[in-house]
Amino acid sequence: MSKETFTKLTATAAPLPIENIDTDQIIPARFLKATTREGFGDNLFRDWRYNADDTPKADFVLNNLTYADARILVAGKNFGMGSSREHAAWAIHDYGFKVVISSFFADIFKNNALNNFVLPAQVSDAFLAEIFKAIDADPHTLITVDLANQTITLANGLSESFDINTYKKTCLMNGYDDIDYLLSLKEDIKQFDLAHA
Amino acid sequence: MSTPTTLFDKIWDAHVVKRAEGHPDALFIDRHFIHEVTSPQAFDGLRKRGISVFNIGRTTATADHNVPTKDQHLPIKEALSRHQVETLRKNCADFGIELYDLGHPFQGIVHIIGPELGLTQPGMTIVCGDSHTSTHGAFGNIAFGIGTSEVEQVLATQCILQYKPKRMRISINGKLGKGVTSKDIILYIISKISASGATGYFVEYAGDTIESLSMEARMTICNMSIEMGARGGLIAPDETTFNYIRGRRFAPQGEAFDKAVETWRTLKTDEGATFDRELNINAEDIEPMITYGTNPGMGIGISHQVPNLSDIPESELASYTKSLAYMGLEPGMDLVGKPVDYVFIGSCTNARIEDLRQVAEFVKGKQKADGVEVWIVPGSVQVANQAKAEGLDKVFAAAGFELRDPGCSACLGMNEDKIPAGKYCVSTSNRNFEGRQGPQSRTFLASPLTAAVAAVTGKVQDVREFV
Repeated sequence: MSKETFTKLTATAAPLPIENIDTDQIIPARFLKATTREGFGDNLFRDWRYNADDTPKADFVLNNLTYADARILVAGKNFGMGSSREHAAWAIHDYGFKVVISSFFADIFKNNALNNFVLPAQVSDAFLAEIFKAIDADPHTLITVDLANQTITLANGLSESFDINTYKKTCLMNGYDDIDYLLSLKEDIKQFDLAHA
Repeated sequence: MSTPTTLFDKIWDAHVVKRAEGHPDALFIDRHFIHEVTSPQAFDGLRKRGISVFNIGRTTATADHNVPTKDQHLPIKEALSRHQVETLRKNCADFGIELYDLGHPFQGIVHIIGPELGLTQPGMTIVCGDSHTSTHGAFGNIAFGIGTSEVEQVLATQCILQYKPKRMRISINGKLGKGVTSKDIILYIISKISASGATGYFVEYAGDTIESLSMEARMTICNMSIEMGARGGLIAPDETTFNYIRGRRFAPQGEAFDKAVETWRTLKTDEGATFDRELNINAEDIEPMITYGTNPGMGIGISHQVPNLSDIPESELASYTKSLAYMGLEPGMDLVGKPVDYVFIGSCTNARIEDLRQVAEFVKGKQKADGVEVWIVPGSVQVANQAKAEGLDKVFAAAGFELRDPGCSACLGMNEDKIPAGKYCVSTSNRNFEGRQGPQSRTFLASPLTAAVAAVTGKVQDVREFV
């Protein structure tokens, strides 16, 4: 059903070297009132990005023009903990990020990201530190995320592979979603439902 | 003899419609709960695909996250909130789903009404677009939170695609000390294994301490499984479970109930079944707990101090310092004696009748401290009515506490119930994230008892000195 795919991306990255970033930071609850999937990017990291009077906080990474073209978000360990709100994945996608790199992801966020063609790529703590170092040395450094080969490669040649289950990999590369597959099982499900009424 | 199996595996395996090479399991969902915030885009998806709801009898809706807790009988003032609730109404009407709307005697926080209506039963698979769906696991079922794309999957197919998580057992044995409640048990566990310590696992809580708890206390524990990263937590059903369910509105009745109990009795982990991780906890080690930081893993026993910088691993120092700065606290300080501005007693963690009774018992004949604002937000209309029937409303009114209408309220501050910037709130809810209760609000998570003592004294206290 979905037309979007993800195969390979070479882009600059925005660094957010904070651990345990929860979905309330990604998109605070008071911005969950929309009934469509669009527009959440404006409030991505709202309270870290803007002051109470809606002026941008100069020291926040997304307000730094250096990272304006970043399509990869690099964040500290345990990214996306807390609420199951898919709005967090929608906000990241709507803002323009295609990949989030961290050394650990919360489960529900990971599923939500994958269901929205945002790739959560988990790397080792050591490689994550290398990525932050590379961005620190050159904010315009390019990072290549290759889903087919499941690798992340830095401009300095350092590279690490990441895991993704084959099913979700196929979905991302071909633009499939879970409902397409589940609908193909409809007759099996009907029988199961009747047997467990 | 077959291989010893965990309760989790038994329930999961009994619900697999299709297990195909290279695919996650297609897991059948017995019960689906929806609310106004995470469902509209799912219904939109159904409309775009031109499909109906697979089995309307397996989904129940209510409005809870975004509803006012004052004058709930009046139209919602805030336009976006009103639109979201109206959208839920329209979606339920269009697709034929039962809605316990504002004003309905069954309305309330989704994880409170499921159990109280008997919709939540042992052996089931239960999902909802809310991470605290883990609450229902207290009845011995697999219950977990899902995203909106998954809500759409369940509406469309009554199934969800999931890889089976690993299994963890947390056994708690021994007698709880004075003033120590189930909320303290779960805050203690999370403080020990961290806010991500159970990510990738499904937890079974076991041991004689757990067995001694009421259903409502068990729900508080399962509710916060997600706060250590677990998708869910469950407790094997027993007589306490069956007695709770008996006679509830949507529970099996009469002979059907007896037959169901026979099946439910088989729902336990076999002797010798293996878990990927086991944790043993001695109930005597648990003190009344309180959090000091900005994730639920940042908790301490009330007689302890906020950790010193030297106690924090180098890699976590930056996050730790940021967190304490947000909270306006210093490393090494005591929290006992810390003045508070607000007390919030509510949420799917602690807004059931036993919670309200416990608070009322302590505050009876006392007054709230000057300068403290106290909100009591019951978990459902039924809880509110029960509280009034028992005269708890009068106790609260006499103490200067405000008893409001049911909803999620200041747990997440989606409606107008927000803690102001810089203010401290002792909260019986589940998350102390930055801004969770309102921009720049500062949350101390604690039990209803600790919250009640804070309301009366205006400070964080060791409840053991008051009960």
